[in-house]
Amino acid sequence: MAQGTLLIQTDRCKGCGLCIRACPQQVLVAGQHFNALGYQPVQLDEALRRCTGCGVCAWVCPDLVFTVYRESAGRAG
Amino acid sequence: METIYRRPALLADLPTHYCPGCGHGTVHRLVAETIEGLGIGSRTICVAPVGCAVLAYKYFVLDCCVAAHGRAPAMATGLKRVLPDRVIFTYQGDGDLASIGGNEILHAALRGEPITIIFVNNGVYGMTGGQMAPTTPLGMRTTSSPLGRDSQQQGYPIHLPELLAALPGVAYAARRSTHSVAEIRRARQAIQRAFTVQLRGLGLGIVELLGACPTNWQVTPVEALEFIEQVMLPVYPLGEFKVAAELGA
Amino acid sequence: MARELWKGNEALAEAAVRAGAEAFFGYPITPQTELLEYMARRMPELGRTFLQAESEIAAIHMVYGAACAGVRALSSSSSPGISLMQEGLSYLAGSEVPCVLVDIMRGGPGLGNIQPSQSDYFQLTRSAGHGDFHPLVLAPSTVQEAVDLMYASFDLAFGWRTLVILAGDGTLGQMMEPVEMPPMRALAVERPDWALTGAAGRSPRVISSLYLDAAELEQSNLRLQAKLQQMAATQQRWESFCVEDADYLVVAFGTVARIAQSAVRAARRAGIRVGLFRPVTLWPYPRQPLDAICPQLRGVLVVEMNGGQMVEDVRCVVRERVPVRFLGHLGGVIPMPDEIEAELAQLVSLSGRAAFS
Ligand SMILES: Cc1ncc(C[n+]2csc(CCOP(=O)(O)OP(=O)(O)O)c2C)c(N)n1
Ligand code: SF4
Ligand code: SF4
Ligand code: SF4
Ligand SMILES: [Mg+2]
Repeated sequence: MAQGTLLIQTDRCKGCGLCIRACPQQVLVAGQHFNALGYQPVQLDEALRRCTGCGVCAWVCPDLVFTVYRESAGRAG
Repeated sequence: METIYRRPALLADLPTHYCPGCGHGTVHRLVAETIEGLGIGSRTICVAPVGCAVLAYKYFVLDCCVAAHGRAPAMATGLKRVLPDRVIFTYQGDGDLASIGGNEILHAALRGEPITIIFVNNGVYGMTGGQMAPTTPLGMRTTSSPLGRDSQQQGYPIHLPELLAALPGVAYAARRSTHSVAEIRRARQAIQRAFTVQLRGLGLGIVELLGACPTNWQVTPVEALEFIEQVMLPVYPLGEFKVAAELGA
Repeated sequence: MARELWKGNEALAEAAVRAGAEAFFGYPITPQTELLEYMARRMPELGRTFLQAESEIAAIHMVYGAACAGVRALSSSSSPGISLMQEGLSYLAGSEVPCVLVDIMRGGPGLGNIQPSQSDYFQLTRSAGHGDFHPLVLAPSTVQEAVDLMYASFDLAFGWRTLVILAGDGTLGQMMEPVEMPPMRALAVERPDWALTGAAGRSPRVISSLYLDAAELEQSNLRLQAKLQQMAATQQRWESFCVEDADYLVVAFGTVARIAQSAVRAARRAGIRVGLFRPVTLWPYPRQPLDAICPQLRGVLVVEMNGGQMVEDVRCVVRERVPVRFLGHLGGVIPMPDEIEAELAQLVSLSGRAAFS
């Protein structure tokens, strides 16, 4: 399985939860803190190391919070 | 590291004023990605509507103007007629396009204006606080149809792409949705086609996009996706209703 | 250049073409239709844009769109059509996008009729749309003047970033008069620095009339108001006839001023020292020149083809220094010189002092 990682622009997140619902790996969770917009931004549960960099979260996020990266090696798989 | 997704440069790096889970955010992204993908950003002009998307000009890094409520297709016509080599698109809500602007879109379509119409159907007048729109499904309660829309009283929901597909001036007419990853991908393809017919001078291209308005539907953003599936989709079948032969399958 | 006979509506159209109009959008309505029909032939001949819109609402928004691209765009209509255009006029004003509009006025209210009228005076000068603005309103009285004002209108519109309206009545639109047409201008190649052309090699531009913040909208309005004040101070146009020694003054605009001029001549022959004041700009109203004449006067007669609209501006200027009488006809009835003379005689007798030289 490819290894992915995310850049999460937490100050843009509106906590709508669409990405949490859509992530096939279920590695996104609502954060505990509030951002300047007054929402609890999502976080990647890094401990799980299961993000595949599939980009689904970015496709469903209405607020362009994510930049998605993937280890190049993973492309073969 | 390979970049799988990066925000399109054609969307300003700003927080939007849209509510959490609003369909407009997703549609903005798809439109910006499409224009960027086609490499036409420096010759595209956006005509923003009156509705929640009135501030679209703040977000699209494009030349933009704001039309009066419903008049975007007329304004786009004026622009396209004097700038035929530029790409002109309108971005409109369902109240804007299908109600007050019904005549403007109908005649722009009849003339086959080579413009692109991005039409966001959320079944309500979002900006003014959730009144009934021409697209409100039967039975749905809104602030101005408190007992639910009744066909005897308030008529039937409008199916605009299907209606416009019958006109020879229309080169592309489709309805897509934003409630799942698969549909969002199809929506992006439809938007691309609605621009491509303009680029090839084939006629008017329109895509209706079912989008969430969690605020006025009074549901959570996640529930709003289910609302689209359960309430909107039965009324609004997805599909391509007109694809100019020149566009290919 | 030789003088040729031109019908008012067609002369206005040709003058717009020669002034560099690149796009015309309109909708048929009597008594303006010949202007649209002329453009339907002429504009495509020159490779310019002509489009018959689905309504006046669409027509003015097409003008708005084309004008956003920085081109010289115009429309023409008559009273009921202007009412429909008000939405667009307000947006044009709010975003300071320049364009030119012709109103060949007809009788109202409602469907009224197609006879000549001046009943849009309030609509054009006071209430051309919601919000605080005034278009620059020009009221020619001859076909030649209509041509000359049309020729100047785009420069005024672009110079001030304002809406310019040429207000004529059905008589002006329909009559044939000898005209010397101005030369054909080359089309502007450069677009203004606010025009939408696609943001190639520059940052994006926005044309909008939206200011959500109260303080910002007030600022934008104050800027507009300052511009309007500057226009009011510098753009007043008028013509006067026999006012130097006048004890009495007839005030009339457009074609009515021509009838009034015959009446003034006749009254002069009868020994009344009367002059004529003809506003050419209805907004800004030529207050200063009218005010300057007031001290010498004993009475004023205002003649209009409406129920008494411009007379309110005249009363504002005269400020009860002397009596102001009004003679009006509505519904397409045209005032006759002998009626005006009779009204003048009344005014003279009422003003109580010897007025005969
Ligand atoms: C002439 C006019 N009438 C009414 C309004 C008030 N108004 C603003 S937005 C809107 C409805 C917008 O609904 P829609 O087009 O569906 O857009 P949404 O906000 O749902 O995206 C209305 C009625 C207006 N601005 N102008
Ligand atoms: S890239 Fe895919 S796996 Fe990773 S967080 Fe986003 S949706 Fe989940
Ligand atoms: S979809 Fe976007 S805005 Fe919504 S919770 Fe996820 S990151 Fe935040
Ligand atoms: S009211 Fe509805 S359409 Fe408007 S921003 Fe909020 S969710 Fe979006
Ligand atoms: Mg809506």
